[in-house]
Amino acid sequence: MPIAVFVALQFLREGKTASSLVVAAVGVGVTVIVFLSALIGGLQQSLIDKTLGAQAHIVVRPPEERARLLRIDDAPSGTIIASREQRPAQRVRSIVGWQRTMAELAQDPEVEVVTPVVAGPGFAVRGTASKSVNVLGIEPSSYVQVVAIDDRLIAGALPSSGAQAAIGSELAADLGIEVGDKLRLQAAGGRTELFTVSGVFQLGNREVDERWVLLTLRSGQTLLDLVGGVSSLELRVRGLFEAETTAVRLAAASGLVADSWMRTNDQLLTALRSQSASSLLIQVFVVLAVTIGIASVLVVSVVQKRREIGILRAMGMSRGRIVLVFMVQGGVLGMLGSIVGVALGIAVAMAFGSAVVDARGAPLFPITVELPLVLTAAGTAIATGLIAAVLPAIRAGRLDPAVAIRHD
Amino acid sequence: MTDPVIELAGVTKDFGEDVVTHVLKGIDLRIEAGEFTALVGPSGSGKSTLLNLLGLLDRPTGGKLRVLGRDISALDDTELTELRGRSIGFVFQFHHLLPALTAVQNVLMPLAIARGRVTTEQREAAIEGLREVGLADRADERTMRLSGGQQQRVAIARALVGRPPLVLADEPTGNLDTATADEVFELLRGFNRRLKMAFLLVTHSPELAGRCDRIVTLVDGRIVEDRAIDH
Repeated sequence: MPIAVFVALQFLREGKTASSLVVAAVGVGVTVIVFLSALIGGLQQSLIDKTLGAQAHIVVRPPEERARLLRIDDAPSGTIIASREQRPAQRVRSIVGWQRTMAELAQDPEVEVVTPVVAGPGFAVRGTASKSVNVLGIEPSSYVQVVAIDDRLIAGALPSSGAQAAIGSELAADLGIEVGDKLRLQAAGGRTELFTVSGVFQLGNREVDERWVLLTLRSGQTLLDLVGGVSSLELRVRGLFEAETTAVRLAAASGLVADSWMRTNDQLLTALRSQSASSLLIQVFVVLAVTIGIASVLVVSVVQKRREIGILRAMGMSRGRIVLVFMVQGGVLGMLGSIVGVALGIAVAMAFGSAVVDARGAPLFPITVELPLVLTAAGTAIATGLIAAVLPAIRAGRLDPAVAIRHD
Repeated sequence: MTDPVIELAGVTKDFGEDVVTHVLKGIDLRIEAGEFTALVGPSGSGKSTLLNLLGLLDRPTGGKLRVLGRDISALDDTELTELRGRSIGFVFQFHHLLPALTAVQNVLMPLAIARGRVTTEQREAAIEGLREVGLADRADERTMRLSGGQQQRVAIARALVGRPPLVLADEPTGNLDTATADEVFELLRGFNRRLKMAFLLVTHSPELAGRCDRIVTLVDGRIVEDRAIDH
């Protein structure tokens, strides 16, 4: 065993009470870091999952229609023409040459899946009841890779033929519909078709569960009078939090409009960022308190062990090794504290997960302690121990052995 | 002819910056291998300061100090530490053992420091060292559980385990009763005769000084007498 480690461990063993208290303090600090990170991580993941449960990472759609401005070529210079542009009403339009655009988007290294969607307003009619709905024509096989709606089916299946439709649970309840029942859909353009309900889904988002009607792409195109066209291309990307950058790049490359989930949910994103920032701030203060704790114990130890340090120096131990003895003590305190803290952090996270449950007894959100978090917390604690030890270690190294030995 | 273990020529030591105290005022001294020397003198005469210089714990203000033929003014801090570890053993009045360690761990410490690591061979050598002072059976005892005389013997085993050419003992019997003091002195004397190490003992006891080979008397920072004893 290296001599510095041997002496460091003996010193720690000698000051058992102080060492145990510091390990406990570091442990509590690491517990806070582990638990808080797991909690915030779980909460954020749950919020993101809920938000993206019904939403693609990026939606690419045709640019908005604009009125053409009158050109005035012969206006004399210095003339100011005040004009008011009236925004035209937006109708469901197709992306021109969408198959080619879709192939180009799929080539982008950030893009994982592209799926065509045709969407437009309509009415669901059953008997005398009618509800305003959002009709979506999709390619189920690729759409479920962008929005995992197949996981949220509470009955039946997604439409597999042109005569089938899947509807949200609230809409099904409002119209008294079950799988196998008939549903008449009327598009805003006036076209009406009859569908058989093949499935009912529940995304936990009232707006979606109340208004969404999923058809096959072809049925949607026919109903919305957009035969052969799609109103948007919906994308799943690799880097969830790079979605906005990717969207900007795709928009520039395709000449279309690309909206990322980050832009459409900027309030959520701001909330997530504030949450992360406050969590980080708490962790910084915890690390600071732990550092001061370890440093103060080691400073006291240097004073108490002046004579021992003097003897070791007299026996030929170099200044560098004395510094190392105290650095090792800091590192060991950090390491032991991190073991205690990680174990305690996992226990608290598990206890929290089983205590905070919804009415059905299921956890409100997933709270998991993953390996990278454990390694980061342990690494932080050890680094904190080492940093805290720097000043006391240098002080110990500077002790004059002749003076230290005389000290009683 | 071999180099003396220690050679001082006109060595001075001053303390303080604004108010300078001249503690050692020109010391000339040679200690040969195997000599058993007593250093005596009243309190404040500069014995401890001289011992710190000889032990390479401090550097002289002026003059030449050579240890095993090496001029220490030419050595940097690391070389000085290394030379100290290799060639000088210390026995202090208050034993100065490391209380957290067992007797055997204390004894193996100089070997471990020299090697940079603790090994099982060092433990065996340390137990052998404890046997030489009659404490092999207490090897794994924490030193705080040993009596004053036993602790001082552990300190002697520690000072000698690396077989340094010079052992400096600062009142090694000052804290012990007469019988134990006598035992400890004879122990040191025995090592000196057997292993031919040079010993320099600081002592206040004229009786013990009289049993050494040579007495160096220091008064007010100067050697006033340096005489050999004919036994």
